[in-house]
Amino acid sequence: MNKSEQALSALAEMDELAARQSPIHRLHPIAKLLVTIAYIFTVVSFGKYQLSGLAVMALYPVLLFQLSGIPARTCFHKLRIVLPLVMAVGLFNPFFDRSPLLYLGTVPVSGGVISMLSLMVKGVLCLTASFLLIAATPIDSLCAALRRLHVPSLLVTLLLLTYRYVGVMTEEVSIMTDAYRLRAPGQKGIHISAWGSFLGQLLLRSMDRAQELYASMLLRGYHGHFHYAAVNPFRPADGAYLVCCIAVFALLRFVNVAELLGRLLVR
Amino acid sequence: MIEFRNVSFSYEKDTPVLQDLSFRIDAGESVGLIGANGAGKSTLMKLLLGLLQGQGEILVDGLAVSKATLPEIRRRLGFVLQNSDHQMFMPTVYEDMIFAPLNYGVSREETEQRVDAVLEQLGLTALKHRHNHKISGGEKRMAAIATVLAMEPEVILMDEPTSALDPYNRRIVINTICSLSQTRLIASHDLDMILDTCDRVILLSQGRIAADGPAREILRDRALLEAHRMELPFCLAGRE
Ligand SMILES: Nc1ncnc2c1ncn2[C@@H]1O[C@H](COP(=O)(O)OP(=O)(O)O)[C@@H](O)[C@H]1O
Ligand SMILES: [Mg+2]
Repeated sequence: MNKSEQALSALAEMDELAARQSPIHRLHPIAKLLVTIAYIFTVVSFGKYQLSGLAVMALYPVLLFQLSGIPARTCFHKLRIVLPLVMAVGLFNPFFDRSPLLYLGTVPVSGGVISMLSLMVKGVLCLTASFLLIAATPIDSLCAALRRLHVPSLLVTLLLLTYRYVGVMTEEVSIMTDAYRLRAPGQKGIHISAWGSFLGQLLLRSMDRAQELYASMLLRGYHGHFHYAAVNPFRPADGAYLVCCIAVFALLRFVNVAELLGRLLVR
Repeated sequence: MIEFRNVSFSYEKDTPVLQDLSFRIDAGESVGLIGANGAGKSTLMKLLLGLLQGQGEILVDGLAVSKATLPEIRRRLGFVLQNSDHQMFMPTVYEDMIFAPLNYGVSREETEQRVDAVLEQLGLTALKHRHNHKISGGEKRMAAIATVLAMEPEVILMDEPTSALDPYNRRIVINTICSLSQTRLIASHDLDMILDTCDRVILLSQGRIAADGPAREILRDRALLEAHRMELPFCLAGRE
Protein backbone atom coordinates (compact mmCIF):
# COMPACT_ATOMS: atom_id res chain seq x y z
CA MET A 1 0.00 0.00 0.00
CA ASN A 2 1.35 3.43 -0.83
CA LYS A 3 0.76 6.47 1.38
CA SER A 4 -2.37 7.72 -0.32
CA GLU A 5 -3.89 4.27 -0.30
CA GLN A 6 -3.23 4.25 3.41
CA ALA A 7 -5.04 7.54 3.72
CA LEU A 8 -7.90 6.13 1.74
CA SER A 9 -8.22 3.02 3.82
CA ALA A 10 -8.02 5.22 6.91
CA LEU A 11 -11.10 7.06 5.67
CA ALA A 12 -12.85 3.81 4.95
CA GLU A 13 -11.84 2.59 8.40
CA MET A 14 -13.72 5.50 9.93
CA ASP A 15 -16.75 4.57 7.84
CA GLU A 16 -16.46 1.03 9.03
CA LEU A 17 -16.03 1.96 12.68
CA ALA A 18 -19.14 4.08 12.31
CA ALA A 19 -21.07 1.19 10.80
CA ARG A 20 -20.46 -1.11 13.78
CA GLN A 21 -23.17 -2.04 16.25
CA SER A 22 -23.16 -1.06 19.92
CA PRO A 23 -25.42 0.73 22.37
CA ILE A 24 -23.55 3.93 21.56
CA HIS A 25 -23.84 3.43 17.80
CA ARG A 26 -27.57 2.90 18.19
CA LEU A 27 -28.09 6.22 19.96
CA HIS A 28 -29.75 8.95 17.97
CA PRO A 29 -27.16 11.12 16.18
CA ILE A 30 -28.74 14.31 17.53
CA ALA A 31 -28.38 13.03 21.10
CA LYS A 32 -24.75 12.16 20.48
CA LEU A 33 -24.02 15.45 18.78
CA LEU A 34 -25.57 17.51 21.58
CA VAL A 35 -23.87 15.49 24.31
CA THR A 36 -20.52 15.95 22.59
CA ILE A 37 -21.08 19.69 22.32
CA ALA A 38 -22.11 19.86 25.97
CA TYR A 39 -19.05 17.86 26.94
CA ILE A 40 -16.70 20.13 25.05
CA PHE A 41 -18.29 23.22 26.59
CA THR A 42 -18.01 21.75 30.06
CA VAL A 43 -14.38 20.78 29.60
CA VAL A 44 -13.42 24.15 28.18
CA SER A 45 -15.23 26.02 30.95
CA PHE A 46 -13.04 24.61 33.72
CA GLY A 47 -10.70 27.20 35.24
CA LYS A 48 -7.03 26.97 34.43
CA TYR A 49 -6.04 25.63 37.84
CA GLN A 50 -8.89 23.11 38.19
CA LEU A 51 -6.86 20.13 37.11
CA SER A 52 -8.43 17.62 39.49
CA GLY A 53 -11.94 18.49 38.33
CA LEU A 54 -10.86 18.09 34.72
CA ALA A 55 -9.29 14.72 35.39
CA VAL A 56 -12.67 13.35 36.39
CA MET A 57 -14.11 14.41 33.02
CA ALA A 58 -11.91 11.74 31.44
CA LEU A 59 -14.49 9.25 32.68
CA TYR A 60 -16.72 10.09 29.71
CA PRO A 61 -14.36 9.05 26.92
CA VAL A 62 -13.23 6.04 28.94
CA LEU A 63 -16.81 4.84 29.32
CA LEU A 64 -17.57 5.55 25.68
CA PHE A 65 -14.58 3.53 24.49
CA GLN A 66 -15.83 0.65 26.62
CA LEU A 67 -19.45 0.83 25.50
CA SER A 68 -18.87 1.46 21.81
CA GLY A 69 -16.15 -1.13 21.37
CA ILE A 70 -14.03 1.41 19.50
CA PRO A 71 -10.42 0.63 20.37
CA ALA A 72 -8.74 3.52 22.20
CA ARG A 73 -5.56 2.53 20.40
CA THR A 74 -7.15 3.34 17.02
CA CYS A 75 -8.23 6.70 18.33
CA PHE A 76 -4.83 7.78 19.56
CA HIS A 77 -3.15 6.33 16.53
CA LYS A 78 -5.35 8.42 14.25
CA LEU A 79 -4.95 11.54 16.37
CA ARG A 80 -1.17 11.15 16.68
CA ILE A 81 -0.49 14.06 14.35
CA VAL A 82 -2.88 16.59 15.90
CA LEU A 83 -2.44 15.64 19.53
CA PRO A 84 1.10 17.02 19.94
CA LEU A 85 0.01 20.29 18.34
CA VAL A 86 -2.85 20.65 20.77
CA MET A 87 -0.60 19.75 23.67
CA ALA A 88 1.98 22.32 22.59
CA VAL A 89 -0.47 25.17 23.17
CA GLY A 90 0.26 25.51 26.89
CA LEU A 91 3.96 24.86 26.67
CA PHE A 92 5.04 28.37 27.65
CA ASN A 93 2.75 28.80 30.62
CA PRO A 94 5.34 27.58 33.16
CA PHE A 95 7.65 30.44 32.12
CA PHE A 96 5.06 33.14 32.63
CA ASP A 97 3.31 31.97 35.76
CA ARG A 98 5.97 31.04 38.32
CA SER A 99 4.15 31.66 41.57
CA PRO A 100 3.98 28.37 43.53
CA LEU A 101 0.42 27.08 43.75
CA LEU A 102 0.84 23.93 45.76
CA TYR A 103 3.56 21.73 47.20
CA LEU A 104 4.11 18.09 46.32
CA GLY A 105 5.90 17.15 49.51
CA THR A 106 8.39 19.97 49.62
CA VAL A 107 8.64 20.60 45.87
CA PRO A 108 6.77 23.74 44.85
CA VAL A 109 4.54 23.39 41.77
CA SER A 110 3.94 26.68 40.00
CA GLY A 111 0.61 27.84 38.64
CA GLY A 112 2.14 27.76 35.16
CA VAL A 113 2.77 24.04 35.32
CA ILE A 114 -0.78 23.36 36.49
CA SER A 115 -2.32 25.56 33.81
CA MET A 116 -0.13 23.95 31.16
CA LEU A 117 -1.29 20.52 32.25
CA SER A 118 -4.93 21.56 32.34
CA LEU A 119 -4.71 23.02 28.83
CA MET A 120 -3.18 19.78 27.60
CA VAL A 121 -5.85 17.70 29.27
CA LYS A 122 -8.57 19.92 27.83
CA GLY A 123 -7.18 19.52 24.33
CA VAL A 124 -6.89 15.77 24.59
CA LEU A 125 -10.37 15.38 26.06
CA CYS A 126 -12.06 17.52 23.42
CA LEU A 127 -10.28 15.79 20.55
CA THR A 128 -11.08 12.37 21.93
CA ALA A 129 -14.74 13.25 22.40
CA SER A 130 -15.01 14.54 18.82
CA PHE A 131 -13.28 11.45 17.52
CA LEU A 132 -15.69 9.24 19.42
CA LEU A 133 -18.64 11.10 17.93
CA ILE A 134 -17.39 10.63 14.37
CA ALA A 135 -16.29 7.06 14.93
CA ALA A 136 -19.65 6.02 16.36
CA THR A 137 -21.89 7.91 13.91
CA PRO A 138 -22.01 7.43 10.14
CA ILE A 139 -21.27 10.70 8.34
CA ASP A 140 -24.67 10.61 6.65
CA SER A 141 -26.55 10.34 9.95
CA LEU A 142 -24.42 13.12 11.34
CA CYS A 143 -25.32 15.32 8.40
CA ALA A 144 -28.96 14.37 8.75
CA ALA A 145 -28.77 15.38 12.42
CA LEU A 146 -27.21 18.72 11.52
CA ARG A 147 -30.02 19.34 9.06
CA ARG A 148 -32.61 18.57 11.72
CA LEU A 149 -30.93 21.13 13.94
CA HIS A 150 -31.48 23.62 11.09
CA VAL A 151 -27.85 23.99 10.10
CA PRO A 152 -28.08 25.40 6.54
CA SER A 153 -28.32 22.76 3.85
CA LEU A 154 -25.46 24.32 1.91
CA LEU A 155 -23.03 23.89 4.82
CA VAL A 156 -24.07 20.33 5.48
CA THR A 157 -23.81 19.35 1.81
CA LEU A 158 -20.41 20.98 1.72
CA LEU A 159 -19.31 18.95 4.72
CA LEU A 160 -20.54 15.73 3.18
CA LEU A 161 -19.04 16.38 -0.24
CA THR A 162 -15.70 17.40 1.25
CA TYR A 163 -15.64 14.16 3.17
CA ARG A 164 -16.36 12.25 -0.03
CA TYR A 165 -14.13 14.33 -2.23
CA VAL A 166 -11.08 13.79 -0.08
CA GLY A 167 -11.58 10.12 -0.92
CA VAL A 168 -11.71 10.81 -4.65
CA MET A 169 -8.54 12.93 -4.60
CA THR A 170 -6.55 10.43 -2.58
CA GLU A 171 -7.66 7.66 -4.90
CA GLU A 172 -6.34 9.59 -7.90
CA VAL A 173 -3.04 10.24 -6.12
CA SER A 174 -2.72 6.59 -5.33
CA ILE A 175 -3.43 5.47 -8.90
CA MET A 176 -0.93 7.98 -10.27
CA THR A 177 1.87 7.22 -7.83
CA ASP A 178 1.48 3.54 -8.55
CA ALA A 179 1.61 4.15 -12.29
CA TYR A 180 4.67 6.35 -11.80
CA ARG A 181 6.52 3.90 -9.61
CA LEU A 182 5.91 0.98 -11.93
CA ARG A 183 7.82 2.85 -14.59
CA ALA A 184 10.46 4.39 -12.32
CA PRO A 185 11.64 1.46 -10.22
CA GLY A 186 14.08 2.09 -7.43
CA GLN A 187 13.15 5.75 -7.14
CA LYS A 188 12.09 7.05 -3.79
CA GLY A 189 8.99 9.22 -4.09
CA ILE A 190 8.45 11.24 -7.21
CA HIS A 191 11.39 12.96 -8.81
CA ILE A 192 11.23 16.73 -8.53
CA SER A 193 11.38 17.13 -12.32
CA ALA A 194 8.05 15.31 -12.61
CA TRP A 195 6.22 17.30 -9.94
CA GLY A 196 4.84 19.92 -12.29
CA SER A 197 3.25 17.51 -14.71
CA PHE A 198 2.22 15.24 -11.86
CA LEU A 199 0.34 17.98 -10.03
CA GLY A 200 -1.14 19.28 -13.28
CA GLN A 201 -2.38 15.83 -14.19
CA LEU A 202 -3.71 15.29 -10.70
CA LEU A 203 -5.69 18.49 -10.90
CA LEU A 204 -7.09 17.68 -14.34
CA ARG A 205 -7.94 14.14 -13.37
CA SER A 206 -9.60 15.10 -10.10
CA MET A 207 -11.58 17.80 -11.89
CA ASP A 208 -12.61 15.33 -14.56
CA ARG A 209 -13.68 12.86 -11.98
CA ALA A 210 -15.47 15.42 -9.90
CA GLN A 211 -17.32 16.52 -13.01
CA GLU A 212 -18.26 12.98 -13.96
CA LEU A 213 -19.38 12.26 -10.43
CA TYR A 214 -21.43 15.40 -10.38
CA ALA A 215 -22.96 14.47 -13.74
CA SER A 216 -23.74 11.07 -12.35
CA MET A 217 -25.48 12.72 -9.39
CA LEU A 218 -27.49 14.95 -11.71
CA LEU A 219 -28.45 11.99 -13.85
CA ARG A 220 -29.90 10.38 -10.79
CA GLY A 221 -32.07 13.29 -9.88
CA TYR A 222 -29.83 15.28 -7.53
CA HIS A 223 -31.28 18.75 -7.18
CA GLY A 224 -29.38 20.46 -4.46
CA HIS A 225 -30.10 18.50 -1.35
CA PHE A 226 -29.25 15.07 -0.10
CA HIS A 227 -31.59 12.48 1.18
CA TYR A 228 -29.56 11.22 4.03
CA ALA A 229 -29.68 7.65 5.23
CA ALA A 230 -32.80 6.93 7.24
CA VAL A 231 -32.41 8.05 10.83
CA ASN A 232 -34.30 6.12 13.46
CA PRO A 233 -36.82 8.08 15.47
CA PHE A 234 -35.70 9.76 18.67
CA ARG A 235 -36.44 7.19 21.40
CA PRO A 236 -36.95 7.83 25.11
CA ALA A 237 -33.59 6.15 25.66
CA ASP A 238 -31.93 8.81 23.51
CA GLY A 239 -33.58 11.53 25.57
CA ALA A 240 -32.51 9.82 28.79
CA TYR A 241 -28.93 9.57 27.53
CA LEU A 242 -28.93 13.24 26.61
CA VAL A 243 -30.39 14.44 29.92
CA CYS A 244 -28.25 12.14 32.10
CA CYS A 245 -25.03 13.07 30.36
CA ILE A 246 -25.69 16.78 30.64
CA ALA A 247 -26.70 16.42 34.30
CA VAL A 248 -23.55 14.48 35.10
CA PHE A 249 -21.39 17.00 33.25
CA ALA A 250 -22.99 19.81 35.26
CA LEU A 251 -22.43 17.91 38.48
CA LEU A 252 -18.79 17.25 37.67
CA ARG A 253 -18.35 20.87 36.71
CA PHE A 254 -19.73 22.43 39.86
CA VAL A 255 -18.93 19.79 42.47
CA ASN A 256 -15.33 18.77 42.74
CA VAL A 257 -15.86 15.04 42.95
CA ALA A 258 -12.18 14.21 43.05
CA GLU A 259 -11.64 16.38 46.10
CA LEU A 260 -14.78 15.04 47.74
CA LEU A 261 -13.69 11.45 47.24
CA GLY A 262 -10.22 12.30 48.42
CA ARG A 263 -11.53 13.77 51.64
CA LEU A 264 -13.84 10.82 52.24
CA LEU A 265 -10.98 8.37 51.77
CA VAL A 266 -8.50 10.28 53.89
CA ARG A 267 -10.87 10.65 56.78
CA MET B 1 -39.25 7.54 -27.85
CA ILE B 2 -35.80 8.79 -28.85
CA GLU B 3 -35.11 10.76 -31.96
CA PHE B 4 -31.92 12.34 -33.32
CA ARG B 5 -32.40 14.96 -36.04
CA ASN B 6 -29.28 16.03 -37.93
CA VAL B 7 -27.11 15.97 -34.83
CA SER B 8 -23.46 16.99 -35.11
CA PHE B 9 -20.89 17.43 -32.42
CA SER B 10 -17.20 18.18 -32.03
CA TYR B 11 -15.03 18.53 -28.93
CA GLU B 12 -12.49 20.61 -30.78
CA LYS B 13 -12.99 22.77 -33.83
CA ASP B 14 -12.32 21.07 -37.17
CA THR B 15 -12.40 17.54 -35.73
CA PRO B 16 -16.04 16.51 -35.87
CA VAL B 17 -16.83 13.50 -33.72
CA LEU B 18 -20.45 13.06 -34.83
CA GLN B 19 -21.73 14.33 -38.17
CA ASP B 20 -25.32 14.81 -39.14
CA LEU B 21 -26.83 11.83 -37.35
CA SER B 22 -30.52 11.07 -37.73
CA PHE B 23 -32.38 8.05 -36.36
CA ARG B 24 -35.40 7.06 -34.29
CA ILE B 25 -35.76 4.50 -31.57
CA ASP B 26 -39.29 3.44 -30.65
CA ALA B 27 -40.58 2.58 -27.20
CA GLY B 28 -39.68 -0.95 -26.12
CA GLU B 29 -36.96 -1.40 -28.74
CA SER B 30 -33.60 -2.84 -27.80
CA VAL B 31 -30.91 -1.23 -29.90
CA GLY B 32 -27.21 -1.99 -30.04
CA LEU B 33 -24.86 0.88 -30.79
CA ILE B 34 -21.68 -0.58 -32.18
CA GLY B 35 -18.48 0.86 -33.52
CA ALA B 36 -14.72 0.72 -33.04
CA ASN B 37 -12.97 2.58 -30.21
CA GLY B 38 -13.35 6.29 -30.73
CA ALA B 39 -16.31 5.92 -33.09
CA GLY B 40 -18.36 8.27 -30.90
CA LYS B 41 -20.63 5.87 -28.99
CA SER B 42 -20.07 7.45 -25.58
CA THR B 43 -20.32 10.91 -27.07
CA LEU B 44 -23.69 10.09 -28.59
CA MET B 45 -25.00 8.94 -25.22
CA LYS B 46 -23.74 12.04 -23.45
CA LEU B 47 -25.51 14.22 -26.00
CA LEU B 48 -28.72 12.34 -25.37
CA LEU B 49 -28.34 12.89 -21.63
CA GLY B 50 -27.65 16.57 -22.10
CA LEU B 51 -24.15 16.25 -20.65
CA LEU B 52 -22.83 17.67 -23.92
CA GLN B 53 -24.47 20.13 -26.30
CA GLY B 54 -24.15 19.90 -30.07
CA GLN B 55 -25.94 21.06 -33.20
CA GLY B 56 -29.22 19.59 -34.32
CA GLU B 57 -32.15 18.35 -32.31
CA ILE B 58 -32.56 15.45 -29.92
CA LEU B 59 -36.02 14.43 -28.74
CA VAL B 60 -36.95 12.15 -25.87
CA ASP B 61 -40.64 11.31 -25.65
CA GLY B 62 -41.34 14.33 -27.84
CA LEU B 63 -39.37 16.65 -25.54
CA ALA B 64 -36.40 18.42 -27.08
CA VAL B 65 -33.26 18.07 -24.97
CA SER B 66 -32.48 21.53 -23.63
CA LYS B 67 -31.62 23.10 -20.30
CA ALA B 68 -35.25 23.59 -19.40
CA THR B 69 -36.31 20.01 -20.12
CA LEU B 70 -33.27 18.27 -18.65
CA PRO B 71 -34.80 17.32 -15.28
CA GLU B 72 -37.83 15.81 -17.04
CA ILE B 73 -35.67 13.98 -19.53
CA ARG B 74 -33.10 12.68 -17.10
CA ARG B 75 -35.83 11.27 -14.98
CA ARG B 76 -36.73 8.95 -17.85
CA LEU B 77 -33.19 7.90 -18.69
CA GLY B 78 -31.03 5.56 -16.66
CA PHE B 79 -27.39 5.60 -17.72
CA VAL B 80 -24.72 3.05 -16.88
CA LEU B 81 -21.45 4.93 -17.37
CA GLN B 82 -18.52 3.42 -19.18
CA ASN B 83 -16.40 3.95 -16.07
CA SER B 84 -18.10 2.71 -12.92
CA ASP B 85 -15.63 4.58 -10.71
CA HIS B 86 -17.32 7.72 -11.95
CA GLN B 87 -20.76 6.39 -11.32
CA MET B 88 -20.59 5.33 -7.70
CA PHE B 89 -20.19 8.24 -5.35
CA MET B 90 -21.68 7.06 -2.09
CA PRO B 91 -19.72 5.02 0.46
CA THR B 92 -21.65 1.80 0.06
CA VAL B 93 -23.47 0.02 -2.75
CA TYR B 94 -26.74 0.29 -0.85
CA GLU B 95 -26.48 4.04 -0.38
CA ASP B 96 -25.72 4.47 -4.05
CA MET B 97 -28.75 2.44 -4.96
CA ILE B 98 -31.21 4.43 -2.85
CA PHE B 99 -29.88 7.76 -4.08
CA ALA B 100 -31.95 8.09 -7.26
CA PRO B 101 -35.27 6.69 -6.03
CA LEU B 102 -35.23 8.96 -2.97
CA ASN B 103 -34.42 11.96 -5.12
CA TYR B 104 -37.39 11.12 -7.30
CA GLY B 105 -39.70 10.95 -4.36
CA VAL B 106 -40.13 7.19 -4.13
CA SER B 107 -41.03 6.19 -0.57
CA ARG B 108 -38.39 4.59 1.61
CA GLU B 109 -40.34 1.36 1.82
CA GLU B 110 -40.65 0.97 -1.90
CA THR B 111 -37.02 1.97 -2.36
CA GLU B 112 -35.92 -0.79 0.02
CA GLN B 113 -38.05 -3.30 -1.88
CA ARG B 114 -36.62 -2.23 -5.21
CA VAL B 115 -33.07 -2.43 -3.91
CA ASP B 116 -33.55 -5.94 -2.59
CA ALA B 117 -35.32 -7.13 -5.73
CA VAL B 118 -32.62 -5.77 -8.03
CA LEU B 119 -29.79 -7.18 -5.90
CA GLU B 120 -31.53 -10.54 -5.92
CA GLN B 121 -32.01 -10.44 -9.68
CA LEU B 122 -28.34 -9.65 -10.28
CA GLY B 123 -27.14 -12.08 -7.63
CA LEU B 124 -25.50 -9.27 -5.67
CA THR B 125 -27.18 -9.59 -2.29
CA ALA B 126 -23.79 -10.13 -0.63
CA LEU B 127 -22.56 -6.81 -2.04
CA LYS B 128 -25.30 -4.67 -0.47
CA HIS B 129 -23.38 -3.14 2.39
CA ARG B 130 -19.90 -3.39 0.93
CA HIS B 131 -17.78 -0.30 0.48
CA ASN B 132 -17.62 0.95 -3.08
CA HIS B 133 -13.87 1.31 -3.12
CA LYS B 134 -13.29 -2.12 -1.66
CA ILE B 135 -15.02 -4.10 -4.38
CA SER B 136 -13.43 -5.28 -7.60
CA GLY B 137 -13.86 -3.55 -10.95
CA GLY B 138 -16.32 -6.16 -12.16
CA GLU B 139 -18.32 -6.07 -8.95
CA LYS B 140 -18.44 -2.31 -9.20
CA ARG B 141 -19.78 -2.55 -12.73
CA MET B 142 -22.51 -4.90 -11.54
CA ALA B 143 -23.30 -2.51 -8.69
CA ALA B 144 -23.48 0.40 -11.14
CA ILE B 145 -25.98 -1.53 -13.23
CA ALA B 146 -27.95 -2.22 -10.06
CA THR B 147 -28.11 1.49 -9.16
CA VAL B 148 -29.62 2.24 -12.55
CA LEU B 149 -32.12 -0.62 -12.45
CA ALA B 150 -33.27 0.54 -9.02
CA MET B 151 -34.24 3.85 -10.64
CA GLU B 152 -36.71 2.02 -12.88
CA PRO B 153 -36.23 4.48 -15.75
CA GLU B 154 -38.22 4.35 -18.98
CA VAL B 155 -35.09 4.11 -21.09
CA ILE B 156 -31.92 2.30 -20.14
CA LEU B 157 -28.63 3.43 -21.64
CA MET B 158 -25.57 1.30 -21.11
CA ASP B 159 -22.07 2.20 -22.20
CA GLU B 160 -20.03 -0.97 -22.60
CA PRO B 161 -21.80 -2.78 -19.79
CA THR B 162 -19.90 -6.05 -20.20
CA SER B 163 -16.35 -4.76 -20.38
CA ALA B 164 -14.62 -5.71 -17.10
CA LEU B 165 -17.06 -8.56 -16.41
CA ASP B 166 -16.19 -12.23 -16.10
CA PRO B 167 -18.19 -14.71 -18.22
CA TYR B 168 -20.53 -15.54 -15.36
CA ASN B 169 -21.50 -11.94 -14.59
CA ARG B 170 -21.56 -11.15 -18.29
CA ARG B 171 -24.20 -13.83 -18.72
CA ILE B 172 -26.22 -12.43 -15.81
CA VAL B 173 -26.12 -8.98 -17.37
CA ILE B 174 -27.18 -10.36 -20.75
CA ASN B 175 -30.10 -12.20 -19.18
CA THR B 176 -31.07 -9.12 -17.21
CA ILE B 177 -31.01 -6.88 -20.28
CA CYS B 178 -33.16 -9.42 -22.14
CA SER B 179 -35.67 -9.57 -19.31
CA LEU B 180 -36.23 -5.81 -19.28
CA SER B 181 -39.23 -4.37 -21.07
CA GLN B 182 -37.92 -0.80 -21.23
CA THR B 183 -36.40 0.85 -24.26
CA ARG B 184 -32.72 -0.02 -24.31
CA LEU B 185 -29.73 1.51 -26.05
CA ILE B 186 -26.55 -0.43 -25.50
CA ALA B 187 -23.15 0.73 -26.72
CA SER B 188 -20.53 -1.95 -27.03
CA HIS B 189 -18.03 -3.72 -29.20
CA ASP B 190 -18.91 -6.99 -27.50
CA LEU B 191 -20.88 -8.08 -30.57
CA ASP B 192 -21.85 -11.45 -29.11
CA MET B 193 -23.60 -9.64 -26.29
CA ILE B 194 -25.29 -7.28 -28.74
CA LEU B 195 -26.47 -10.24 -30.78
CA ASP B 196 -27.99 -11.80 -27.66
CA THR B 197 -29.66 -8.66 -26.35
CA CYS B 198 -30.62 -6.45 -29.28
CA ASP B 199 -33.01 -6.72 -32.20
CA ARG B 200 -31.61 -3.76 -34.01
CA VAL B 201 -28.08 -2.44 -34.48
CA ILE B 202 -26.76 1.00 -35.37
CA LEU B 203 -23.20 0.91 -36.63
CA LEU B 204 -21.23 4.11 -36.04
CA SER B 205 -18.08 4.78 -37.95
CA GLN B 206 -16.10 8.00 -38.06
CA GLY B 207 -18.99 9.96 -36.72
CA ARG B 208 -21.58 8.70 -39.17
CA ILE B 209 -24.14 5.94 -39.25
CA ALA B 210 -22.62 3.27 -41.48
CA ALA B 211 -25.50 0.86 -41.10
CA ASP B 212 -28.82 0.62 -39.27
CA GLY B 213 -30.90 -2.52 -39.38
CA PRO B 214 -31.79 -5.87 -37.84
CA ALA B 215 -29.02 -7.25 -35.61
CA ARG B 216 -29.06 -10.66 -37.29
CA GLU B 217 -28.29 -9.12 -40.67
CA ILE B 218 -25.70 -6.55 -39.74
CA LEU B 219 -23.77 -8.76 -37.36
CA ARG B 220 -23.54 -11.46 -40.03
CA ASP B 221 -22.08 -9.11 -42.63
CA ARG B 222 -18.37 -9.82 -42.39
CA ALA B 223 -17.40 -7.36 -45.12
CA LEU B 224 -19.33 -4.51 -43.53
CA LEU B 225 -17.95 -5.14 -40.05
CA GLU B 226 -14.38 -5.49 -41.20
CA ALA B 227 -14.65 -2.32 -43.25
CA HIS B 228 -15.35 -0.57 -39.94
CA ARG B 229 -12.64 -2.16 -37.79
CA MET B 230 -14.76 -4.88 -36.24
CA GLU B 231 -15.04 -8.65 -36.47
CA LEU B 232 -17.91 -11.09 -36.70
CA PRO B 233 -19.29 -12.20 -33.32
CA PHE B 234 -17.50 -15.38 -32.14
CA CYS B 235 -20.64 -17.43 -32.25
CA LEU B 236 -21.17 -16.61 -35.92
CA ALA B 237 -17.53 -16.66 -37.03
CA GLY B 238 -17.40 -20.43 -37.55
CA ARG B 239 -20.45 -20.81 -39.73
CA GLU B 240 -21.32 -18.50 -42.53
N1 LIG C 1 -13.23 15.12 -23.60
C1 LIG C 1 -12.81 14.98 -24.89
N2 LIG C 1 -12.11 15.95 -25.48
C2 LIG C 1 -11.71 15.83 -26.77
N3 LIG C 1 -11.94 14.74 -27.53
C3 LIG C 1 -12.62 13.73 -26.98
C4 LIG C 1 -13.09 13.79 -25.63
N4 LIG C 1 -13.74 12.64 -25.35
C5 LIG C 1 -13.67 11.90 -26.49
N5 LIG C 1 -13.00 12.54 -27.47
C6 LIG C 1 -12.77 12.06 -28.84
O1 LIG C 1 -14.02 11.81 -29.44
C7 LIG C 1 -14.00 10.62 -30.19
C8 LIG C 1 -15.16 9.71 -29.77
O2 LIG C 1 -14.98 9.29 -28.42
P1 LIG C 1 -16.00 8.34 -27.69
O3 LIG C 1 -17.36 8.85 -27.91
O4 LIG C 1 -15.55 8.22 -26.28
O5 LIG C 1 -15.78 6.96 -28.47
P2 LIG C 1 -16.28 5.51 -28.11
O6 LIG C 1 -17.10 5.58 -26.88
O7 LIG C 1 -17.05 5.09 -29.31
O8 LIG C 1 -15.07 4.66 -27.95
C9 LIG C 1 -12.63 10.00 -29.97
O9 LIG C 1 -11.87 10.20 -31.13
C10 LIG C 1 -12.04 10.75 -28.81
O10 LIG C 1 -10.68 10.92 -29.03
MG1 LIG D 1 -16.92 4.80 -25.10
